Amino acid sequence: MDNISTPSRSAVYDSSKQRNSAIEELRSIFQYRDLIFQLIRRDLVTRYKRSVLGILWTMLNPLGTMIILTVVFSRLWNMGGTYPAYIITNLIAWNFFSQTTSAALNAMLWGSSLFQRIYLPRTSFVVATIGTGLVNTLLALVPLVVIYLVTGAPFRATMLLLPLPMLLLAAFALGISLILSTLVAFFPDVAEMYPILLTAWMYLTPIIYPEDLLAKALGGWLYRLNPLYWVIRVFRQVMFDGEVPTLAGWGIATGIALGTLMIGWLLFTQKSNSFAYHV
Amino acid sequence: MSNLISEPQSDSAIFLNGVSVRYRLPNERIATLKEYMIRLIQGKIRINSFMALNDVNLDVEKGEIFGVLGRNGAGKSTLLKVISRVLIPTLGRVWVNGTVSPLLELGGGFHPELTGMENIHLNATLLGHSRKEIKQKIPEILDFAEIGEFIEAPLRTYSSGMVARLGFSVATAWTPDILILDEVLSVGDAAFAQKCTQRMRSFRESGATVLLVSHSVDTVRSLCQRALLLEHGNVLEIGSASEVSNKYHNMIFGK
Repeated sequence: MDNISTPSRSAVYDSSKQRNSAIEELRSIFQYRDLIFQLIRRDLVTRYKRSVLGILWTMLNPLGTMIILTVVFSRLWNMGGTYPAYIITNLIAWNFFSQTTSAALNAMLWGSSLFQRIYLPRTSFVVATIGTGLVNTLLALVPLVVIYLVTGAPFRATMLLLPLPMLLLAAFALGISLILSTLVAFFPDVAEMYPILLTAWMYLTPIIYPEDLLAKALGGWLYRLNPLYWVIRVFRQVMFDGEVPTLAGWGIATGIALGTLMIGWLLFTQKSNSFAYHV
Repeated sequence: MSNLISEPQSDSAIFLNGVSVRYRLPNERIATLKEYMIRLIQGKIRINSFMALNDVNLDVEKGEIFGVLGRNGAGKSTLLKVISRVLIPTLGRVWVNGTVSPLLELGGGFHPELTGMENIHLNATLLGHSRKEIKQKIPEILDFAEIGEFIEAPLRTYSSGMVARLGFSVATAWTPDILILDEVLSVGDAAFAQKCTQRMRSFRESGATVLLVSHSVDTVRSLCQRALLLEHGNVLEIGSASEVSNKYHNMIFGK
C-alpha cells in the first residue's frame, strides 16, 4: 500500500531514460498531492489562523477597493445603483488572477532553495498557489453577497454556473503562472516587472468601467485581443449580467484558458530541468 | 582504477557512467531580462562554460558507507545533486536504485509561523511521504525529537537546537535506501548527538547505503570503507577509505 504513496520508494532512477517531461510531471504532481494539500494549508493557516483580522481582510480588501472606485467613478459613467455590484464582481475575478500569478512568482523564488537540494515536482508550488487562491475567492464571495443585497442587484439562477468560469479562470491563471515562473527562474527581475504589467493589464480589461467605454477608447476590437477579457467576461455574465454565455463565448474562453495552460505546462516542464543550472 | 563496467550490477545502489555537468556562465553575469535583451540585440552574449563534474564513473554497492572527499568547489555538492535527482547531468548516465534521502540542511522548508506539528507534516510531504505514512510515524518523530508540549507552539518560539532536532527527526524517521550526509552532523547537545549516531548505525544495519560527504579526513577514515577524491570536477582517486584519505591529506598539506 505504501509504495503507491511514496513516489521514490523502490523506484529506480535512470537519467538516461528520457521520458516525456510534461506527462512525467503530471504523474509526479499526482503522487505528491498530499504536498499540495500541505502547501495550501500552510498558506491559509499562516494567513488566517495567526491573525484575527486575516479572514476579515480577505473580505474587506475587495470591499474597500470597490467603495473607493464607486465614489470616484460612479459619476463618470452612468451605471446606476448597481455599479458597486458590477465592480465587486469583476474585482473578485481580477483579484484571483492577479494574486495567484503574483504569489506563484514568489513561491518559485522561495522554493528555489529547496529545488537545489531535494527532488520535488517543480510545478507543486505553483499549483498550490492556485488552490490557495480558490479558497480565498470563496471567502471573497461573502462581501459580494452583501453588496448585491445592499444595492439590490438581482441574484440570478445563472450564478449556479459559477464553478465553470472559476475553473477556466484557474486554468488560465495556472498557465500564466507557469510561464512567469519559467521566466523568473532565468531572470529574477521579472518579479519586479510583473506588478507594472499587471497594472496595465487591469486597465486594458473591463474591470472597473463598463465594456463599451473601453471599446470606445481603444477601437471596437483591440481590447478583444486581451485573452483575460474573454475569461473574465463569462465570469461576469453568469454572476452579474444573469445571462448564459453563448456557445461561442464558452468556446473562446475555454480555448484560451486550456491553451494557455497547455503552453505554460509544456514550457515549464521542458525548461525545469535547467532551473538548477541557473543558481 | 579505470571503471570498465558500463551497466549497473545487481548489487549496485548508485551507478554513474561518464557523468559530466557543465554550468554555463555568461562571461559577464547577466541577471536581468532587460540586460539580456539589450545584449541580445547588441549581439554580445558570450558564454563560458565550466565543468563542475568531468567524466565521473562510480559504482557504490548496497549497504556501503562511501566517502566523498574534496576541497570547496571540487564538485562534491554537484555530485550529490546529480545523485539526488535535483540536477540532470549534461552528459552521462546516473542510475540510482531506491529512495534517496538527503538529510536536509537542518530545518530547510520549515515555516516559523506554523506549529511544530504542522511543520512535521509540511516537511515530511516535502520529502515525498503521504499523509497516511506520516500519521503512523508521528509518535516516533515526537519521541525522538524531544520537543514536549511545545509541539503545538509556533516554530518561531523554538530554540535553534529544538528546530534542528525536529528537522533531524523528520528526515530520519523513514529508513531510506540511500542516505546522503553532507558534512558533519551537529544537532544540539551531546546526548542528542549520541542518539543521532545510534540512528545512523541502525540505518547501516538495516542495509542502507550511506554517502558521506566531508572535508574531514578523520570522519571518512573512521566511518567509510571506500572513498572518492574529487578535484576540479575530476575523480583523482577511488579506493579504500584510508588510501584516499591519505592522498587527500597529502594534497592539502603537501607531501
